[in-house]
Amino acid sequence: MSSHVVVFCKKELRSFFDSPIAYIVITTFLLISGWFFFSDLFLVNQASLRNLFDIIPFIFMFFVPAVTMRLISEEKRSGTIEILLTLPVKDYEIILGKFLAGLILIVVAVLLTLVYTFTLSGLGDLDFGSVVAGYIGLIFLGATYLSVGVFTSSFTQNQIVAFITSFAIIFALYMLNKVLMFVPNFLASFFEYLSVDYHFSNISRGVIDSRDVIYYLSLVFFFLFLAVRALESRKWR
Amino acid sequence: MIRVKNLTKKYGELKAVDDVTFDVHTGDILGFLGPNGAGKTTTVRIITCFLLPTAGWVEVDGLNVFEHSLEVRKKIGYLPENAPLYSEMNVLDYLHFIMGVRGILKDRWSQRTKEMINICGLGPVVNRNIGELSKGFRQRVGLAQAMVHDPEVLILDEPTSGLDPNQIAEIRSLIKELGKEKTVILCTHILPEVEATCKRVLIINEGKIVADGSPAELQASFQGKEQIYIELKTPFTDVESKLANLENVEKVKEILTNGDDLKKFTIECARGVDLREGLFRLAVDNNWVLLEMRKEQASLEDVFRQLTTS
Repeated sequence: MSSHVVVFCKKELRSFFDSPIAYIVITTFLLISGWFFFSDLFLVNQASLRNLFDIIPFIFMFFVPAVTMRLISEEKRSGTIEILLTLPVKDYEIILGKFLAGLILIVVAVLLTLVYTFTLSGLGDLDFGSVVAGYIGLIFLGATYLSVGVFTSSFTQNQIVAFITSFAIIFALYMLNKVLMFVPNFLASFFEYLSVDYHFSNISRGVIDSRDVIYYLSLVFFFLFLAVRALESRKWR
Repeated sequence: MIRVKNLTKKYGELKAVDDVTFDVHTGDILGFLGPNGAGKTTTVRIITCFLLPTAGWVEVDGLNVFEHSLEVRKKIGYLPENAPLYSEMNVLDYLHFIMGVRGILKDRWSQRTKEMINICGLGPVVNRNIGELSKGFRQRVGLAQAMVHDPEVLILDEPTSGLDPNQIAEIRSLIKELGKEKTVILCTHILPEVEATCKRVLIINEGKIVADGSPAELQASFQGKEQIYIELKTPFTDVESKLANLENVEKVKEILTNGDDLKKFTIECARGVDLREGLFRLAVDNNWVLLEMRKEQASLEDVFRQLTTS
């Protein structure tokens, strides 16, 4: 990987962890997911992470846009983008570096929920295959949300706009397989295929199918590509 | 070093830069002047590869900015207007970040940082967050950022805005020093700055180049009236009318007459006419005591105002 990407990624990580952003986001994430997780656990009385895996994609809808909203829009608002884009680096290296920094933050947050998993494994038998698959699925899902957030942050200088639009796109991607009954039959499988939740539930069942992986990777690539184009569009305007 | 040819940039229907052509040679300190919104920043943004032109081209050291964008950016150090920096980073981290991106080897970092701290006077603020710094220090961090890779070309957009007079003097002497080996473009609308630092001046107005030359050449080309300042001592009160009746005099303006006999005037005549001899004889004939007489130089400010207002 190019050294520029590493430099940008490190810089972004530092600004996450030097400011309260990372800590607030991670703590809130753990509190909310933990509350949902444990409050249901004793009702169902079964050692399963099903619940956790159901709720995290939902929490991510708010959590990920909060992480990404300032990544590029803040550079545009403060004007630092002018120095950034006149440095000898390619636009995609900037986008990729920022995306990876976000991904690391998400992975840290997700891995911290392993505490819940270990608590659970003391209470009953866990299917470790599906736990591992579920975590991998969460990271793919998080990466997809992140790429949407990086994209929306790259076309505006307003963080609120970036947050709301990325939330809207993620919400749409998440809801696609929940509105199938309102969709004509020939579109139903298409909608289902586009839905992030459909692929996530495939993976979290314990089967990592290349089709699901390809789906996530192509969405990530697509949105990061759009982000690079949005950054380049300044040149022609 | 820098060649700009037929450069045009349109924002929608508005022509921000209109068919601009100029060269900058190595060792030039070019003062790029113009009123706000004249197209200075747009031109500079094209040279630094931030924007693409609608038409025309730019070459830096023989490299075209579109085809060799990365190589061009390596040669340029750029301080944008208002020195936009990451306010949450401290000065040292910021310089390290820039050096990392610029690909400066890590074992040279501490030496390079020291040099920058010395040159830009950053000693007292190295470990402070940029957001807490005064505008003067922020400009200096921006300057350090632009120079840290020892670029051949330095482009500074209003580097002294918001600085106090001492800091301005420091930055100017720094720019002069740099201009000995590097090519410097200095965007500004502060005219004394140009007179103090630049070997060459380019004035742009409404996207077009309206003047190009050394400050002295521009002053010489000034099209306005010639002015003579004169100070007399005499009890007579008809001085003004007598002056006005002198041959070739177009306008007489009294500057000050207090109760004493001291009288001060500025006298305007057409360019190329020398009134001084006539004035002297008039004073002698009327028994006025001539205390002072001098030709007023057209300032760069006069030239600038003439060229950019119509």
